[in-house]
Amino acid sequence: MAADDTGPIRDLETRDQATVVHLAGEIDLNQSPRLKLALSKLAESRPPKVIINLADVEYMDSSGVATLVDGFRRINSYRGRLVLAGMNQRVRSLFEITKLDQFFTIRPSVEEALQA
Amino acid sequence: MSGQDTSTGGQAIELNLSSSPRCLPVVRAATEKMARLVGFDEDQTGRITLSIDEALANVIKHGYGGRQDQPITVRLEPVDDQRGAGLTVTIRDFGKQVDPAKIRSRDLADVRPGGLGVHIIQTVMDEVVYSHADGGGMKLRMVKYVDPQTTDTPGGAPSPPAKD
Repeated sequence: MAADDTGPIRDLETRDQATVVHLAGEIDLNQSPRLKLALSKLAESRPPKVIINLADVEYMDSSGVATLVDGFRRINSYRGRLVLAGMNQRVRSLFEITKLDQFFTIRPSVEEALQA
Repeated sequence: MSGQDTSTGGQAIELNLSSSPRCLPVVRAATEKMARLVGFDEDQTGRITLSIDEALANVIKHGYGGRQDQPITVRLEPVDDQRGAGLTVTIRDFGKQVDPAKIRSRDLADVRPGGLGVHIIQTVMDEVVYSHADGGGMKLRMVKYVDPQTTDTPGGAPSPPAKD
């Protein structure tokens, strides 16, 4: 199988004092370690608000969710905020099954996440 | 990986893969195709695919301790019995054996990374049975029905349908 070494982060930008992390593709056991490392490095710079844009994420498994929980804890440790945006129905279903839709702040779009 | 023709939709397929996370997208693709052929809608197909993915991730992480060159067999088989049409999934590994009674979901109120796979599998699938495989390793048999019917078979009522 061909290697994909780009990882799930497609872009990183700052908007209205929030750091927006644009993810894409399938976040599974293969990709989650890369995302975990990237979010860990991001948290070291202590951005006050991080928005994870999931609009281009086609699939996520529990390792992806675990990575986001880990990211939340790191960002929350310095009283930063993590907001999830743009998840499709399939990804939302995973959050609902694990009841983590009640734990995370989730908004339909980045624009609405900026207001959250 | 090897397999058989799935075009008829009524045939079982068997995938022989290594315990590498890189194999997971291929299994997901095969599962999705099979589930749609059986008659599951898009939402159910997504949940079934997720369950199989979680089961394989557990085999890789726990059964094989992260080793990526170990054998796993995934069998996808359409079923049509007294509970209706559905899909039977059997995952067989040759890794560490654990007591099936100790494979349980954890408390979701304790929000922390990890340990969600078993909960997902048990929530989504209608039947979930872990057992020791002949010759070593574990076998996991899961069944999901398109529209599960209740039966009055001896020995008690079947498992309730998964919450969707």
